[in-house]
Amino acid sequence: MITFSKQQLKIPKLQRPVYLVTAGQSKFDRAFPDKRTEELCIDAFTMAASLLDISPAELKRYIHTCYYGHFADHFGDQLLGESVIHDRLGLDPLGNVGVKTGGATGGSTLWEGVKAVASGYSDCALVMGWERMDEVPTDEGNFLISCAADKDWESPLGHIYTGYYAVMAQRYWQIFGKAEDSFRKTLAEIAVKHHGYARFNPFAHSPMKITVDDVLNSPVVAYPLRALDCCLMSVGAACTILCDEDTAFKLTKNSKNKPLRIWVAAGSHTLRPADRLHMDIPLLPHETADQYKDLGERFPGGERYPGFTGFLAARMAAYYSYGMAGITNPLEDLDVIELHDAFTISDVQTYEDVGLRPYGYGRDYVESGDCYHTNPHTGKPGKLPSNLSGGLIGCMHAVGATGIMQTLEVATHLWNRWAEIHGDEKRWKDFNREKPQDWTDLQVKGAKRGMAISHAGVGSHVTSTILMDPDHLIKKDA
Amino acid sequence: MSMYGHVFVKNNQYKFKGQFHHLTPNTPIRNADDGWKLLGVTNPRDMTYIHSYGGEAIFFESLSQGKLLGTRCDNAGCASKGTVYIPFRTHCPDCLGKNTVIDLTDTAKKTAHVHTFMVCARSGAFNVLDKPIKFINIEFDGVQTILMSYLSLGEPAFGMKVVPIFKTGSPTFTILDLSWVPEGTTQAQLPEGFSF
Repeated sequence: MITFSKQQLKIPKLQRPVYLVTAGQSKFDRAFPDKRTEELCIDAFTMAASLLDISPAELKRYIHTCYYGHFADHFGDQLLGESVIHDRLGLDPLGNVGVKTGGATGGSTLWEGVKAVASGYSDCALVMGWERMDEVPTDEGNFLISCAADKDWESPLGHIYTGYYAVMAQRYWQIFGKAEDSFRKTLAEIAVKHHGYARFNPFAHSPMKITVDDVLNSPVVAYPLRALDCCLMSVGAACTILCDEDTAFKLTKNSKNKPLRIWVAAGSHTLRPADRLHMDIPLLPHETADQYKDLGERFPGGERYPGFTGFLAARMAAYYSYGMAGITNPLEDLDVIELHDAFTISDVQTYEDVGLRPYGYGRDYVESGDCYHTNPHTGKPGKLPSNLSGGLIGCMHAVGATGIMQTLEVATHLWNRWAEIHGDEKRWKDFNREKPQDWTDLQVKGAKRGMAISHAGVGSHVTSTILMDPDHLIKKDA
Repeated sequence: MSMYGHVFVKNNQYKFKGQFHHLTPNTPIRNADDGWKLLGVTNPRDMTYIHSYGGEAIFFESLSQGKLLGTRCDNAGCASKGTVYIPFRTHCPDCLGKNTVIDLTDTAKKTAHVHTFMVCARSGAFNVLDKPIKFINIEFDGVQTILMSYLSLGEPAFGMKVVPIFKTGSPTFTILDLSWVPEGTTQAQLPEGFSF
């Protein structure tokens, strides 16, 4: 049984407000045989400068420290890759540090950048992430990814990470999904949605117009998960610039970007699901212990928490970040979110961990239409649209960049620049991608607050990044 | 000289015997769509890691002897006293005291059942298990953790009673020396090299 002390449950407090002023990203794809990683990072940085209507050289003059997210050195066969990128960006002799927490690397890198600015160490920090996953054949890539499991106790079992993840999916599918066809169809709808939204995103690696049947007929990877239920293996880079208040307003004074308040919090859990010990469900502000008293009766087998069905790290990241930003109910307080949809089923699990629905009822977030840009049942705006970028299933999973891409995507809505950035004909042409005839503006109208969840492994690290328009804060002293 | 590298320890130093890497030349990567211009180069490499099991070595050695070991915190002052761990933990994650090694073979034989499972059609490079791989996560009475392993015979199901089998013939000294079969399986049905 795990219990927490009062000290461990303390809500973090930043020493001064931190602002995200701009962000940029490269094109994402399965492979870039004609580009080095540093070229992709320069693409991302150049875009970040262009959104401020200043030159990259001018933006660099503000940067004081750099935080680099790059998970898998062995994919690129380059230790100290951060130093290579830092040099090519021309940022020597500024201090820099590499961050790696698996799939949550992007979010964790933002976490470090925020703390640097909040503490006063830096007034302006670069947060950049990337991943190079095309430099080995796919089966060797799967081997390298499996090295993120326990090397003695798990990795030798097939060297296939999807399998380690899928045992949890199986448990959720049987307990909370009750192995129903309707639940399986709901999972497929998530894949349809994410590949579909990716069609309107020029950066996206896997835009597809597909149906539920296409997903249900795609090859089985690890039952009930099929190929179209799984995230991509991508290459690309993304970055953000974080500042204190004075620098933020100076940097944005001639641009359409409004400085956005940012908070990041993190949680963790065992690398091996085997080691998960039983505990009471940590509650979010809008939940009560009573509502989970009979969870095991409603869902036989679901009484063990977190068991193999919940992500404790995601729950804790949400707990800390909601406390920091004053969120009492994410469904009511937020306008747009990007979740870590490594698999369709883990997307559903995360809805529960971050409190969009109570444990056991994640599927309702999709079935109600709340998760869509436009609710398919009502034709009205979805209550809290998720993964309009296409997420990890449709847009990309270039691991070190993913959490940063998600944050950028949320920011474009808060800046009211989504259509400008994603609809730009020149960008589609530069990326050698065809803008669809039915391209649709997915801007969430009036969006003021958003969240991005970055998640590693089978839930070993999770971060929650909250962005808010500073004129629409929930807690004034946040 | 041996085709494979071997390592042993003498006087607390690693000693190496045999060949540890095989050189393969680089080859150019060219663009077939653009006049076969140079884009990059392959970097083949064959390496052998030398890995210590440390305090967990006894667990892996015991598998080859048909025993399944776990550990237990016996620290009277620890809130987690009595908690049994498998995977084997050398130290209690709560008090960080040294755990007691205990034999869980009988407990596993009598009480093991499947908590969850997955039949995996794909594998990564260097996999040596037959596909599809039947991952199972196993619960035991009195044990607070849920061990991941693989089922060698039959089809997995929730709650299914399983018993451990051990690769006592030509052991690999890895976690693959432990596998599981449905309760009621006979010795004759076991994969080569395995015994109860």
